[in-house]
Amino acid sequence: MKQTKKVFSILVILAMILIIVDLPENYKLTIPFFGKSQTFTINPPAIDTTIVGIHIKKDFKTRLGLDLAGGTQLTLEADMTTIPQVDRKDSLESAKQVIERRVNFFGVSEPVIQTALSGEKYRIVVELPGVTNTNEAIALVGQTAQLEFREHIKEPIATESGFVIPTIENTVAVGITGRDLKKSLLQFNAQSGEPEVGIQFTPEGSKKFADVTKRLIGKRLAIFLDNIVVTDPTVNTEIADGQAVITGSFTVDAAKQLAIQLNAGALPVPVKIVEKRTIGASLGADSVTKSVRAGMIGLGLVAAFMIVQYGWLGFLADIALCMYGLITLFLYRFIPVTLTLPGIAGFILSIGMAVDSNILIFSRYKEELRRGKPWQIAMELGFGKAWESIRDANFTTIITSIILFNPGNWPFLPTSGLVRGFAATLFLGVITSLFTGIVVTRTLIRMFYKGK
Amino acid sequence: MIRFTKYIWIYVMISALVLIPGVYSLVKNGVKPSVDFTGGSVLEIKTQNPIEQTSIDDAIKTQKIPVLSMQKQNGGTYLFRIGQVSEEQISKFIVALQAKSEEPMDILRNDTIGPILGSELLFKSVVAAIFAVIAILFYVAYAFKDMKSGVAAVLALIHDVLVVFGSFSLFGHFFGVEVDTLFMTAFLTTMSFSVHDTIVIFDRIREYRKRSPNAPFADVIDIALTETMSRSLINSFTIIFMLLALVLMGGETVRWFAVALLIGTITGTYSSPFVATPILLLWNRLEEKKKHH
Repeated sequence: MKQTKKVFSILVILAMILIIVDLPENYKLTIPFFGKSQTFTINPPAIDTTIVGIHIKKDFKTRLGLDLAGGTQLTLEADMTTIPQVDRKDSLESAKQVIERRVNFFGVSEPVIQTALSGEKYRIVVELPGVTNTNEAIALVGQTAQLEFREHIKEPIATESGFVIPTIENTVAVGITGRDLKKSLLQFNAQSGEPEVGIQFTPEGSKKFADVTKRLIGKRLAIFLDNIVVTDPTVNTEIADGQAVITGSFTVDAAKQLAIQLNAGALPVPVKIVEKRTIGASLGADSVTKSVRAGMIGLGLVAAFMIVQYGWLGFLADIALCMYGLITLFLYRFIPVTLTLPGIAGFILSIGMAVDSNILIFSRYKEELRRGKPWQIAMELGFGKAWESIRDANFTTIITSIILFNPGNWPFLPTSGLVRGFAATLFLGVITSLFTGIVVTRTLIRMFYKGK
Repeated sequence: MIRFTKYIWIYVMISALVLIPGVYSLVKNGVKPSVDFTGGSVLEIKTQNPIEQTSIDDAIKTQKIPVLSMQKQNGGTYLFRIGQVSEEQISKFIVALQAKSEEPMDILRNDTIGPILGSELLFKSVVAAIFAVIAILFYVAYAFKDMKSGVAAVLALIHDVLVVFGSFSLFGHFFGVEVDTLFMTAFLTTMSFSVHDTIVIFDRIREYRKRSPNAPFADVIDIALTETMSRSLINSFTIIFMLLALVLMGGETVRWFAVALLIGTITGTYSSPFVATPILLLWNRLEEKKKHH
């Protein structure tokens, strides 16, 4: 009992914190105060502090997808002048895929990326939910990101007046490009702490790089991005392990962006942004409000049904369900998960599974009662016996959601879009429902249920 | 205890009655892919004076333009998202709109848009779904120490997926209902739900078999089904409540999505006791017969 009381108080504190974090956004509250009415605007809290040198900035707002809240739309136009007519559609399609990968690596969830043909204009329409960070997003999708290693035609001599700035004219390609990269990542220089981009070559690229660095010891090897020099280091030794870094007084954001672009691959055609604008929800506000209201009524019916079916027990289960809702909303805001309609479907299904855990436990309990066991023992037995089936049933759902989410970014599974959003909400829902079904309901029953 | 196992022929008939028309239609007509899969057109026009809504509706109707959504923005800008139509039809539509508007009209955009869920992503999603099914097969087989359980659970899952696809093929044929990205989600949901439900019943069977290893398998199944039936029904009712609320009161765009989920839930609940379990029983009988020979 002591243990139960402890868990219960922890749960109460947890619930209070969650309620604060889950407060509605921009909700106007009017309270009559000594004859006058005072209006407060309620908003969820935001953290923006520095603790032990680490800057923490986090706001707890619900991120809604394009279908529910709209976002930013970018229209990119591809420059097809150098591409033969027959290959243009394919080039546009592969440019679209590169942009899709970039947006996904960047961490924008639930984008919509489509090709758009308008007469002789080859376009890509990128829609990003929300309107924050659009400038970063624009810089990210708009760059061709063609990486190239070039050597100087005439090695500049240090004594000659200052530096020779490498250009396309005074250098020649060594045959290593972005295609030879296996992966790249943002890292920090061990000595200076400056952000830099670490790159790892493919086995073939490593071999080429080893040959080139061996040939150029003591000479310069310039790295170009989209025909502009990024850095022009001197080769000190032959590099045989296929590892290299690109330095070049990057900001952290710029280095991260370059790493993403190199990982996603270069665009097969140069693109430019022709339009940027804000778009409304694709589902229509009316449809969203109606669906939310319907969802609320549905939830209310479920809650009422549980009380009718199981009485006081059902009521306790309903409280556990409220806790479930609070935790899930918190997770959506914390991670953050971009909520779309398919995501909400995953959520509804997981509510069903959360209710199911309770129903399984209660029906086991009733069976044990029928066998003549005293209610406390029947209840504990009910929990114990239901656990096995709850575990197995939820475990398969967890496996399914992990495969659909594809956390390893395997190329043969979906790496983007709505299937992932659905999988993420389903996964979170099942994990949370295991917690509320087993811990919350159990604690509530031990505290407040006195048999019948 | 209800003798569920005596009426296997009824379950076979019910499943056949639902599956045969659906699968027939699926093979013959397929499903109607929406603009999410096929791509379509986007038309944006700007007028000085706003056009009457009834005039716009009229133009859409007479020109038979599959308008999926219309967004009206400030300053007399209209954005139409249109399904797959020929450029000719779009031009006719523009002329019709022009006729309704008294002022000259600017065409801001007239684009052919590629699909949101292109063939590549669709293919990958299907691969992922197949992987998930294989993983489920092996997990169930492992959890119940019996390959037959895994196969039975997966066959019930395939049954449910066919029911959902079959019904939407019929809906598509008779009511013009399209299969969109939301439907894909409903399909994945059905997959998860179906197995979830089956495992709860298999768990009961496992428990009774352990308790009385010498009881006939049919008896074990009858007890297990009798005892899980109320839980199965209660659980499905809770989900069905939610979905019925969405079907009846939700917005137009989510209605068919809710219908797909509803069908998935019903067949998912049905298939656990009446498809997966009978398969397990029949398979066991077959094995025993072989042993006797």
